Amino acid sequence: MTSNHNLYIVVIGCGRLGSLLANKLSNEGHSIVVVDISTTAFDALTPDQFSGFRIEGDATELGVLKQAKIDKADVVIGATHDENVNIMAAQIAKNRFNVPKVFVRIIDPDKESFCKAIGIECVCPTTMAAEKMITSLKQNPES
Amino acid sequence: MDILIVGGGKIVYFLAKVFFSKGYNVTIINRKKEECSWLARQTKATVVFGNATDPQILKDAKTFSMDAVLAVTPNDEDNLVICQLAKLNYGVERTLALVNDPDNEEVFHELGVTTAFSTTHIISSLIEQRTGLEDIVGLFSVAEGKVNVTEVILKDDSPILNTSLMELELPADSLIACILRNGSTIIPRGSTKLHAQDQLVLITMPENHGQVLKFLTGSKV
Repeated sequence: MTSNHNLYIVVIGCGRLGSLLANKLSNEGHSIVVVDISTTAFDALTPDQFSGFRIEGDATELGVLKQAKIDKADVVIGATHDENVNIMAAQIAKNRFNVPKVFVRIIDPDKESFCKAIGIECVCPTTMAAEKMITSLKQNPES
Repeated sequence: MDILIVGGGKIVYFLAKVFFSKGYNVTIINRKKEECSWLARQTKATVVFGNATDPQILKDAKTFSMDAVLAVTPNDEDNLVICQLAKLNYGVERTLALVNDPDNEEVFHELGVTTAFSTTHIISSLIEQRTGLEDIVGLFSVAEGKVNVTEVILKDDSPILNTSLMELELPADSLIACILRNGSTIIPRGSTKLHAQDQLVLITMPENHGQVLKFLTGSKV
């Protein structure tokens, strides 16, 4: 998978993270499908950046993932506010549909080791923020 | 046996009561405080208040000492993560999950959950198997519902009377295992012919069950 090649990416969840990813990646020329349980969430997709598809549905429902043609996806990103939905959809993508690149956003740092155990790449903003703050504190304790 | 139930509502209350009557030790995790105090008053279970998809809460509930974990929350994703955490982090061998989407029965199984069951599937198959077929009795399922065993009495208007099993184009993946005729038992061979009032013991799969019954009885299931 090279970075300049056009990828088919399924983004699950169209909240702050999901819509940001969808807008940016679509603008970079990738083919994007966004799945969200609520159609109003798609308001966050900006027409000047986003030219992909929107699917209203629950990503824990197999039929919805099939509708998003997840079997054809190069990348699946779990970006809903519910980390368990992300983890479940990602595992289905990876194990059932053999999607080559799958990752999820999780909130609870305690689940990082669990994600490793089930073979799902995870990003935990809580851990990242804490690390960044601690580093900044060590570099500039006073300012 | 030590069993952990995750979920709420009447189902958890009655499950806890049933398991107690069998002499099991029951622990319940529930995320509503009021429901936790009610369950603690009404049952003998150890009740833990919290979100069971949080590994810390599972630890508090002593998941590592459980023989089985049963996840019956209304959310498929939570039930999956609870069962997987119990298995991977705490070494629980038997995990059971309720699923809403019947497709998830298979998915959960692939992802390591011992048993996944769907209310939708159970109810719809009950209806399919019972409606309007008074000549079909005694159905039970084996191998977690993958195989059905049914008794069918052939009526006088059955389209397959006086046909030998060899000639009978029975749908694939089904079998007439046994024929009860005038009180005697016949294990059929290819040359055995079917008579009216024969009582057939039939083996089918849930996928072809309706089709096989229709084939044998001629009725529109």
